[in-house]
Amino acid sequence: MEIPRETLVLMLELMLKIRHFELRVKDLFAAGEIPGFVHLYLGQEAVAAGVCATLNKDDYITSTHRGHGHIIAKGADVKYMMAELYGKATGYNKGKGGSQHIAWPGLGILGANGIVSGGIPIATGAAMSAKLRKSGQVAVAFFGDGASNEGAFHESLNLAAVFDLPVVYVCENNLYGVGTRQTRVRKVENVADRAAAYGMPGQTVDGNDVLAVYRAAREAVDRARAGAGPTLIECQTYRWRTHFEGEPDTYRPPEEVEAWMRREPIAPYRQYLIEQGILSTREAEEIEQHVIVQVNDAVEFARNSPFPAPETALEDLWA
Amino acid sequence: MREISFSQAIVEATAEEMRRDPTVCVWGLDIGPYGGAFGCTRGLYEEFGPERVIDMPISELGYVGMGVGAAATGLRPVVELQFSDWITLPSDTLINQASKMRYMFGGVLSVPMVLRAPVGGYLAAAGQHSNSFESMFAHIPGLKVVLPSTPYDAKGLLKSAIRDNNTVLFFEHKKLYETKGPVPEEEYTIPIGKADIKRPGTDVTIVAYAFMVRKSLAAAEQLAQEGISVEVVDLRTVSPLDEEAILTSVKKTQRLVIVQETWRRCSVGAEVAAIVAEQALDYLDAPVVRVTAKDVPIPFSPVLENYVLPQEADIIAAVRRVLRA
Ligand SMILES: Cc1ncc(C[n+]2csc(CCOP(=O)(O)OP(=O)(O)O)c2C)c(N)n1
Ligand SMILES: [Mg+2]
Repeated sequence: MEIPRETLVLMLELMLKIRHFELRVKDLFAAGEIPGFVHLYLGQEAVAAGVCATLNKDDYITSTHRGHGHIIAKGADVKYMMAELYGKATGYNKGKGGSQHIAWPGLGILGANGIVSGGIPIATGAAMSAKLRKSGQVAVAFFGDGASNEGAFHESLNLAAVFDLPVVYVCENNLYGVGTRQTRVRKVENVADRAAAYGMPGQTVDGNDVLAVYRAAREAVDRARAGAGPTLIECQTYRWRTHFEGEPDTYRPPEEVEAWMRREPIAPYRQYLIEQGILSTREAEEIEQHVIVQVNDAVEFARNSPFPAPETALEDLWA
Repeated sequence: MREISFSQAIVEATAEEMRRDPTVCVWGLDIGPYGGAFGCTRGLYEEFGPERVIDMPISELGYVGMGVGAAATGLRPVVELQFSDWITLPSDTLINQASKMRYMFGGVLSVPMVLRAPVGGYLAAAGQHSNSFESMFAHIPGLKVVLPSTPYDAKGLLKSAIRDNNTVLFFEHKKLYETKGPVPEEEYTIPIGKADIKRPGTDVTIVAYAFMVRKSLAAAEQLAQEGISVEVVDLRTVSPLDEEAILTSVKKTQRLVIVQETWRRCSVGAEVAAIVAEQALDYLDAPVVRVTAKDVPIPFSPVLENYVLPQEADIIAAVRRVLRA
């Protein structure tokens, strides 16, 4: 599969942007600047970047509680994201949503979600809509390994298969749902095996290899767009941090965390691009500096933005 | 008397009932070795083992429904939802199955299950992690709905809930888990359906429950410094409602403020107001005032959330209003 140079470079940029955004959010949350709670995407960058690099601007995604990565990869401006995390009026959703609830229809982002599996039927519905409107759009549902035990997952996959919907189900298998190792509560080893039960293709890929993710997603998205129906892709990956910031890590062997951190997705990919002559070391450095500046600007923007007027709490509701 | 936290009270009640009755078991998400998202099952796995303390997959309809089936066949499951917000997922098994099985089958089956779930806001947790859905469930005949406000009440009521042959929804406010209060070492239970006067007074009755009891007590304390005597009635159970306790207090003070964290429309507070209107209207010297959340989803930004959810100042203003009228 030939991957265009811009796409190869874009994936590096997206991963770096997610990485630096999340590192900053980690520190800002610890410093008490960001209210509520946050679930970081650190370590899983290759999944969002590899999948979203196959999507058009008007394709849809649904995301999860661990959504920052998906939203950045789908093209969001980190300025408005950061402002939303700060609960500011200038955030994507006027401070009403926060970290777990960022949506922006202009980029096809149908919402991060606080309900595990909540986005899966919604992506399926967006795919139904795209099909009936003959718009040529594709929908992607991102969700975790834990979410694949919800009824919403199983019902949605059957529906999508039955109606040949243009949807791709992307399961990020990071081994845990909160503090429970998911193989303790799931009998099949691979989530992708579940695809067979619904009559759709299922594939397990290395979720820390952005090229492997891209290739699997490219095939599934093209298939969906061509009217050949849905696919389930399982990306094996790992979250570096605990479930949410501030949770003590009592349940993961430190060796396991270290082993996965050694398998981090960005540095080897950057090295690969340089070795292939796609980027020079200096260009790679410039990309990284550029995203760092963007993230710094986002923090300044968020800090300097006003809080919403309290009465705006009553707006945006019809009933 | 020794003091323990609300979450410790939950652990103690559960452990004591598990020791007393081998059919009591606990299941939910991360409730085994992890000890529960809010520490309410800490130590249970170690004491009772994986047969009675069972970590579930993230399958709320499935495992709450299993609780119903297990309860109908000889177990007493205490099922935990990590947050009550997604009680929407197993709502069918609660509303169409558990609540109706005894009645619809002419009394031949019962469902002695307890569903424990954290409720409430004030945590900048936004629209899907801040809800209090007790009004919706209090509406359903066949379910008991309990919302304790102190460690003492939590322990005594949870023990009663586990022994109850009816399905009990046991809602625990997240802001209460770390609060401490006196709890005796000796065994005791508190009957479901009985309110408790948390502060006696003569000028105004505040009817509240869960976290709003604390806010109401703080407001009452402030008002006392101005010579206003507020009686705080803690409902503790919103279904069945202790109508007698409400009416007795209102007949005494002749002024009523109802404080609830959840939305105003079709809510527990509306029911309390209706009961007073039906049965004690003649006693009232002022219109009833309700302090509630504004009828919008709970927003994330603390400035918005504080505007939407009831504050101590709102309670004080409401008391002043019923006194002026
Ligand atoms: C319906 C529902 N159940 C439980 C939760 C609490 N919860 C939030 S995230 C999470 C774990 C999800 O695990 P997974 O789907 O694997 O995603 P990950 O956190 O690993 O990215 C749980 C149990 C929730 N938000 N919604
Ligand atoms: Mg997971």
